[in-house]
Amino acid sequence: MGDIVANDLKRTPLHALHEALGAKFAPFAGYEMPIQYPGGILAEHHHVREKAGLFDVSHMGQGFLTPVDWDMGPDASDADHAAISALLGELTPSDLAGLERGEMRYSLLLNDDGGVEDDFMVARAWTSDSQGMLFLVVNAACKDADFDLIDRKLKGRANLLRAEHRALLALQGPKATDVAAQICPAANNMVFMNARRMPTTIDGVEMDTIWSRSGYTGEDGFEISVPTEHARSLADALLAHNDVKPIGLGARDSLRLEAGLCLYGHDMDAARTPVEASLTWAVAKSRRERADFPGAARILKQIEDKPAERRVGLRLLDKAPAREGADIATKSGEIIGKITSGGPGPSYGAPIAMGYVARAYAAPGTELDIIVRERPRAAEVVKTPFVRQNYYRG
Amino acid sequence: MTVKYTEEHEWIRIEGDTGVVGITKYAAEQLGDVVFVELPDMGRVVEAGGDMAVVESVKAASDVYAPVAGEVTATNDVLADAPETVNADPEGEGWFVKLKLADVVALDALMDASAYAAFCEGL
Repeated sequence: MGDIVANDLKRTPLHALHEALGAKFAPFAGYEMPIQYPGGILAEHHHVREKAGLFDVSHMGQGFLTPVDWDMGPDASDADHAAISALLGELTPSDLAGLERGEMRYSLLLNDDGGVEDDFMVARAWTSDSQGMLFLVVNAACKDADFDLIDRKLKGRANLLRAEHRALLALQGPKATDVAAQICPAANNMVFMNARRMPTTIDGVEMDTIWSRSGYTGEDGFEISVPTEHARSLADALLAHNDVKPIGLGARDSLRLEAGLCLYGHDMDAARTPVEASLTWAVAKSRRERADFPGAARILKQIEDKPAERRVGLRLLDKAPAREGADIATKSGEIIGKITSGGPGPSYGAPIAMGYVARAYAAPGTELDIIVRERPRAAEVVKTPFVRQNYYRG
Repeated sequence: MTVKYTEEHEWIRIEGDTGVVGITKYAAEQLGDVVFVELPDMGRVVEAGGDMAVVESVKAASDVYAPVAGEVTATNDVLADAPETVNADPEGEGWFVKLKLADVVALDALMDASAYAAFCEGL
């Protein structure tokens, strides 16, 4: 999506809006993205926890997956959902067949060794006439590889429509429902991890939007897929609400870290299994019983025997943040892991991090050191999320 | 009162044989919210252009260099609990370190306020 500019970075459909709002930009996944606005990252972080923030995440990859011989309409059926679930299920360890209509799930694309190629969101169509269609949202940095993988593996059996004409906005925070009440009241009928294709009307113009009650901050809120040509008017309408401020990728990162959510390419990658990444919960029971997903032998063995290393949350006992790449050591100085994400926890009140440690050191309460600038800094393994998730579950 | 500036965006205010060092307003604005400052131990001897402190924003850690050689005689304790002072008053209350100057002549090589302003204009 977006235009290629002189520095070869792509832009989202809302680039001009970010410029008008005074954003500082930085390259991210091939896009020139807003990192922060003039108020600064900390103020943006707290605004999302206390009010509501609007994020432009149009760099992410959106797609619609259907069986090959499928048409939207009266012939679409639950059997089509079963069929497309079985197909995408060849690449994931999720129970997609078990999705309710209009339900969304966090899932993983796995390689044949059980390594995580990407994490993504998948939603089952809500309306009767679109059963058999799955809506996918994948990471920006992985989208071409993901969609190529799906095309290749499901060739001749499934059709993937890459939704390059769609922008994606995230509205996150405790006031998000107040805003939705004015823009698309039906969105508030959803609970966490529901998704519905339902129109939004702004100034008499109807937009083909997909709302989901989901996000990447740990707060209640929505993600809204909108045709590119309507992205600006939808963003303007959301920002018109007094409680809504624009939020950049800087605060998005600190918010998701506090919420204990992984950043692909950092907190897990193609060499890590879901078990090592502490995402075993994303490997469905029914799939474990059938052992019919990529890398099942390795993953099931790790579930049984426990992995040699796993991802944990860490709290720094002092004030220096620990960053990605820092070594994690025992109190006697033995290096037993590495930090994969870290920084201040503005709502948590202390620096926090995620990293991989040898299994013997993965239990909450374990005292460790993180080596920052060649000095050991006291840290403790803690449960994630670091801050309470405020999802609306009805 | 003499204040000099480096191309790395440190300032040093000369008070007799002591220099008070911090980062400039330009640097503080570029960094964004400062969340932590790591200051050197008292008595540490620093070289001109050598590592002196580290300033951390939400996103990253940045080195702060000694504008000239000297010995650390004081550090700004306020920054431990209120690192945001660096953003609020970078060239005043947000100072980092006091140095007993080893080489006063070296100050001549640094920029004065108008030269530094011109330098920032060109960035």
